[in-house]
Amino acid sequence: MGWARGRCGSVVEVLEAPAPGGLQVRLHQAGPIRLAAEFSCAPGELHALVGPSGAGKTTVLKAIAGLYRPRGGVVTCGSVVWFDAESGTWLSPQDRRVGMVFQSYALFPHMSAQGNVETSLAARPGPERAERALALLAQVGLGDKAHRRPADLSGGEQQRVAVARALARSPDVLLLDEPFAAVDRRTRRRLQQDLADLRTSLNIPILLVTHDLDEARVLADQMSVLHQGQILQTGTPEAVMSRPASDLVAEILDLSPGG
Amino acid sequence: MDWPALVLSLKLAGATTLVLLPVGIILGRVLAFHDFRGKRWLEAAITLPLVLPPTVLGYYLLIAMGVASPVGQAWQALTGDTLVFSFSGLLIASVVFNLPFAIQPLQRAFEGVGQDLRHAAWVGGLSTFATFRKVELPLAWPGLLSAGVLTFTHTLGEFGVVLMVGGAIPGETRTIAVSIYDRVQAFDTAAAGIMSAFLLFSAFIAIAVVYGVGARAVRLRG
Repeated sequence: MGWARGRCGSVVEVLEAPAPGGLQVRLHQAGPIRLAAEFSCAPGELHALVGPSGAGKTTVLKAIAGLYRPRGGVVTCGSVVWFDAESGTWLSPQDRRVGMVFQSYALFPHMSAQGNVETSLAARPGPERAERALALLAQVGLGDKAHRRPADLSGGEQQRVAVARALARSPDVLLLDEPFAAVDRRTRRRLQQDLADLRTSLNIPILLVTHDLDEARVLADQMSVLHQGQILQTGTPEAVMSRPASDLVAEILDLSPGG
Repeated sequence: MDWPALVLSLKLAGATTLVLLPVGIILGRVLAFHDFRGKRWLEAAITLPLVLPPTVLGYYLLIAMGVASPVGQAWQALTGDTLVFSFSGLLIASVVFNLPFAIQPLQRAFEGVGQDLRHAAWVGGLSTFATFRKVELPLAWPGLLSAGVLTFTHTLGEFGVVLMVGGAIPGETRTIAVSIYDRVQAFDTAAAGIMSAFLLFSAFIAIAVVYGVGARAVRLRG
């Protein structure tokens, strides 16, 4: 019932090798949404963006995915420049090879689980598309529910369809926007374990947006604390939590639920 | 029953719907997904025919398309015919008059699809057009049907604008609603009654269809 449980590399077998190289992000603008964020994420690393709601976490993810264009900054993935404000470089979301799990998943309600996954495989010929979609769904433990629509799946199952859809394109970067917020506590634990298993076998940068400090502590290698669009501190979760760089960071970490 | 008037009304309603649906899809989508300067003014202008007395709208359309206007003169130079008191003029007036009926249901429907689903499709590699075809349209189709049915039925029954712009030339601009008025003026209440009942029935069916489809769509989305 897991993404990759007990079968190390199982999801990855279905995927193509990602382009080598990490993700470098530098975003800055004064308005309309203030942004001052700079961080990097190596292949195989899980980087958590932590902060209260309205801190600009989702905006940062959207800028990386190509869904939001900030005034200033640079985003590169490996040797490919996705965004460079100075040279006017801007790749569309379609050209970036990003896998994204949206907050509340954004599954297409009129399509089956398989149909949802197949939308990320549109570039491939039809028979191969179905085969790959089914293989991915089987890997996340939904092989027998591929024909069901999202409304007929549980919250945890919907999340796994969203993960399968995000991975289907063999992304160079995986972006997770509060992927555990919409499920109950027990399911959350299981899905978090699945993510921990998945990342060991998935050699791409993974960004996790969360307001849950426990989640960041358990899952992340690096963590950045965001406040009003600005990254206040970056480091390992242990380092940030034991040595907050400022009173504000300490306050944010204390105030965050679960912290 | 004034059959030529009914045929003319059906023709006008069909043509208006055919012209307005693409316009409604384009403008409804723009209004649903984009913010820009002057958006509120555009929305207000589109809604205007809903609250403006049809005679007022008809008056301005008559002036705008009249023989003395640039539009009217250009049309006459092009076709050798006048725009007012013709089927083409009636069609233009009808399109303007029905703008809110076509655009508003479509705007609401596209708003209901939401940005996240479009973003998910783009990130997955679907082009803007593929996203429209595979995600937006299948989810917004109840709005498309509403827009079509409302525009068609509303055109069948329009009176004030038609009378102002088209007059009541039999077979050319005398629609069924104008014909009802003429029959009543001539004390032919039997004919007026049959035609009125027809319009009442079609309007009722149209609204029932729109509501029924709306409820079904809600159930499907769960």
